[in-house]
Amino acid sequence: MTTVVEPGPKEELSEELDETWHAPRGLGEWISTVDHKRIGMRYFYTGMVFFVIGGVQSLLMRMQLAGPDLELLNPEAYDQLFTMHGLTMMFLFAMPVLSGFGNYFVPLMIGARDMAFPRLNAFGYWVLLGAGIFMYSSFFIGQAPNAGWFNYVPLAGEEFTPGINIDFYTLGLIFLGISSTGGAINFIVTIFKLRAPGMTLKRIPIFVWGELAMALQIVFALPALSLGAILLTLERKFGFHFFNTEGGGDPLLWQHLFWIFGHPEVYIVALPGFGIASAVIPTWCRRPMVGYTYIVIGELAVALVGFGVWVHHMFAVGLPNVTVSFISLASFMVAIPSGIQVFAWLATLVSGRPKLSTPTLFVLGFIIIFVVGGVTGVMFAAVALDQALHDTYFVVAHLHYVLVGSAVFPIFAAIYHWGPKMTGRILNDQWGKVSFWLMFVGFNLAFFPQHILGLLGMPRRVYTYEEGLGWDALNLASTIGAFMLALGILVTFVNWYTSKARGPVAGNDPWKGETLEWYTSSPPPHYNFVTVPTVKSREPMWDQPELAEGFQAPPDGGRSLTGGHVTLSTSMLDARPQAVVHMPHASPWPFWLSVAMTVLFFFLLVEWWILAIVAFLACVSGMVGWYWPRNQTQET
Amino acid sequence: MAGDTHALTIAETGMPGEVLPETATGPRSFSWWGMVWLIATEATLFAILLASYFYLRFRHGVEWPPEHIHAPKLELPLIMTAILWSSSYPVHLAEKGIEKGNQRRLKWGLAAGFLLGAIFLFITLAFEWPETLHEFTPRTNAYGSMFFTITGFHLSHVIIGLSVSLFTQFRAWKGAFDERRHVSVQNFAMYWHFVDVVWLFVLLSVYLSPHLE
Repeated sequence: MTTVVEPGPKEELSEELDETWHAPRGLGEWISTVDHKRIGMRYFYTGMVFFVIGGVQSLLMRMQLAGPDLELLNPEAYDQLFTMHGLTMMFLFAMPVLSGFGNYFVPLMIGARDMAFPRLNAFGYWVLLGAGIFMYSSFFIGQAPNAGWFNYVPLAGEEFTPGINIDFYTLGLIFLGISSTGGAINFIVTIFKLRAPGMTLKRIPIFVWGELAMALQIVFALPALSLGAILLTLERKFGFHFFNTEGGGDPLLWQHLFWIFGHPEVYIVALPGFGIASAVIPTWCRRPMVGYTYIVIGELAVALVGFGVWVHHMFAVGLPNVTVSFISLASFMVAIPSGIQVFAWLATLVSGRPKLSTPTLFVLGFIIIFVVGGVTGVMFAAVALDQALHDTYFVVAHLHYVLVGSAVFPIFAAIYHWGPKMTGRILNDQWGKVSFWLMFVGFNLAFFPQHILGLLGMPRRVYTYEEGLGWDALNLASTIGAFMLALGILVTFVNWYTSKARGPVAGNDPWKGETLEWYTSSPPPHYNFVTVPTVKSREPMWDQPELAEGFQAPPDGGRSLTGGHVTLSTSMLDARPQAVVHMPHASPWPFWLSVAMTVLFFFLLVEWWILAIVAFLACVSGMVGWYWPRNQTQET
Repeated sequence: MAGDTHALTIAETGMPGEVLPETATGPRSFSWWGMVWLIATEATLFAILLASYFYLRFRHGVEWPPEHIHAPKLELPLIMTAILWSSSYPVHLAEKGIEKGNQRRLKWGLAAGFLLGAIFLFITLAFEWPETLHEFTPRTNAYGSMFFTITGFHLSHVIIGLSVSLFTQFRAWKGAFDERRHVSVQNFAMYWHFVDVVWLFVLLSVYLSPHLE
């Protein structure tokens, strides 16, 4: 029975909420939890494990390329390594970690008690884990995907790659797409419907806008990849014809499908990174972001224009001039909304009082690296230059500047900025700075020479090169830089683990931040907020004394919302309270469903159709169990 | 708290004087929005699939369907269209019925919609596909692959819709819905209408467009 609680001290309310939201401990609870913070941490740690794996792969490749004619890796191993490196960093590191921060912080920043669909959230994580294990199991039989992360046909077709390498790729990405799509829909609905009362569109934190832009891109871009992977599976396994010319297909169709997804994918990884920068900068500059509206419009514009530029990955294919000119123009256009954001960050830094802490340094590093990558990006929008440098190391340098710049450096800024909220302990700032300088110098040493290597004509994806081409010193420098970068990353990992155990206690708000995640304890309780705050400003923690000064009893401190496993549903535009929504409880079914799906995909891979049908029935049982009405929510 | 929420309809929030409904339907509920975005991503999937069809067609050249395959016969597909589209109406009636608390209309509307959808499924599997397979298969050429992939994608959505319908009907018979609690019915109806709208584009592209010179 939901009742109003007499405004009382914090302990009384917390006790009641603890009772409602707390779940029993144990293995059963571990697999069935739907707490967005625990799921967010799992996304984060899992993504970081894959980051290490993908990083080791890149170090192996750099060792192979450190000098001419080395024989550490054979060509087949090298192919598998660069393919899995790309897949891992994109799909198993960047997207999960950025979704992890989104999972952890979006509900906190908008003042909600969980995500809109907590079970879907848990399911998304388990599917990610299942798909990651699925793709990596290919290594155990020595048949990892080996046609590059964009997997062009005809190389990836049955004729030229008859093994099951490519089937790991196609089935793995179809499987993983389920997780990403569900997660994206969850973000969109959460941001539309679960914002604290008073958080109108103009008061949504920019990080949350970034996650929204990312989610919208996933919803509209990912179907192209999933479809391409499905069609390629049908062609490889069942003899359909889509990409092979003999049967009337066309290999270019794959390139279109891949890049209709693949270019937005760059922004799917970049936009949350932009959002992290916009969350870190105001706190450390002690002033609101300059040009809030322009940044938000800029993020959404990047997300939109990002759909119109995919063909710039195909300038060397020989497409009609009109197509190429149009796409070239659109590619130049992306620079405008991106540039607006860069100038807004700079203006905030210049007009504020920036403190050169570790998060600030990582954001500055991000801006510098991203601008370099952006400049080479604008160069690539020019068709003539693109055709000259196509498939050279210049492309490798460009894409690493863009992706490491816009994803890795913001993620490390977030580790130092938000780590205290997640673990309750502050990370060591000195070691953070050591880590930053190693990473920043190491990154530039690793990737800047690759621009020159590209200009000298070194093609990408070669497993070795001959002596005397003038590439030796630059490659050696690149390898040394890669190890330095790895060392810098290692310093932060050690810092994280030692600080987690022994660092200074963070308290609610160690940085005097401006958004709602700093209103609650570190780490927050299951229910996030003892009282759901009422938002009256874009920087509520700075402008609303009743929040900045710690807990206050309702109604001044917000709504108590006790007496049930509930959160508020508010209107989409102006966040007026509309309904009290009973949230789903912990459930083992999402875990069961994802296990059944993992098994199903393995049977599809090896074409054991009878067992695949059994696994499919197990999936159905999972869905029935999940949706079986138990009268726990009112969403019937 | 779990078992007895069914008895409740309104809740106080801790803000003096504020009482909010404990049930949500339509745009006030989370799952309605979830369905909207699921449909958005599924619609994108179909749009890209149909675009791929036309891409292959125009890259192929003048002769379409290729290799002396006849353009699809239209009698059966048009009958199927009439059956499928007429299934949306009882589903709509069911939704409008339960909004007014009319259980009878809910049950009969869902049942009639299910029956018509099942007939569509039956005709496809028993007549339309076997007849087509006499002339070409998915392995014949890209046209055949596309024909069966597109109609197959749509048919899989019909099957999902029918399964959700069964589940919704089961719950309707158990009395899970009333005038305040019926967002699952709304979501099913939205999905079913989507499947019907997609059929319009499948019909135009796969069945009608090959008749255009």
